Amino acid sequence: MTVELVIFLLLALVALVSAAMMLLSRNAVHSALWLVLNFAVVALFFLWLGAPFIAMVQVTVYAGAIMVLFLFVIMLLGAELVQGERNVLRSQPLLTLFFALLFLGVAGLYFLSGGAGAAPEPFASAEAARAFGSPTEVGLALFTQYSLPFEITSFLLLVGMIGAVVLTRDERKQ
Amino acid sequence: MFPTIPTAYFVALSAMLFTLGVVGVLTRRNAIIVFMSVELMLNSANLAFVAFARRFMDVSGQVFVFFVMVVAAAEVAVGLALIVTIFRTKKSINVDELSQLKG
Repeated sequence: MTVELVIFLLLALVALVSAAMMLLSRNAVHSALWLVLNFAVVALFFLWLGAPFIAMVQVTVYAGAIMVLFLFVIMLLGAELVQGERNVLRSQPLLTLFFALLFLGVAGLYFLSGGAGAAPEPFASAEAARAFGSPTEVGLALFTQYSLPFEITSFLLLVGMIGAVVLTRDERKQ
Repeated sequence: MFPTIPTAYFVALSAMLFTLGVVGVLTRRNAIIVFMSVELMLNSANLAFVAFARRFMDVSGQVFVFFVMVVAAAEVAVGLALIVTIFRTKKSINVDELSQLKG
């Protein structure tokens, strides 16, 4: 066991436990806070995998903006607890667990049969490590190779914004 | 730095987080928690994208993470607006009670 593997396993444990606690919390506010912890740990994994820019976007957009929006709506509605948290289909939770474990088992068999495979090659130099995944390189790819998808995402955000405004408008004031 | 963890470990972690998200969508009845589980699934896909971007030294994977985040942001804006509207009319966000379309 190398030091890196121990750190990886500890972080993975935190990510999995926070995701599980998100599912098990009865209070929606607690769920949202566990999910923030999960996003923060995944941002650490992004840093580890040579994606510092994506890691920062993850923290500011996901753990920041999106989760604040979630907490805002939970507190606006006062809907921390849902009455009658019981499935209409009684067998649904058990079936869900069964098929989730089945999926993980099949994926694990595939994983074990092929072996873990190789680790990614280390960077050639400190400059290469700094350049990969930097805002410069991501931005260059975004504005040259992927400029059309980038423009389409701006349209998508516009549609999302108009949709949110139209859906929450109070009809009676017309 | 840290080149010794195989990419497969990150992909396995991504699969486990995705499965937890699916379990959340299928078992929880609170619409907001169902929504957060969808976010968890999107985020686990992002982890796989970044792991493969590092493996093949191609920054395209990170650009796709960017697009996934944009889609997630738009989805959250519209979805939470829908939940607010549903709460206004039904006074509840239990997904099992939204069965008016049932014949």
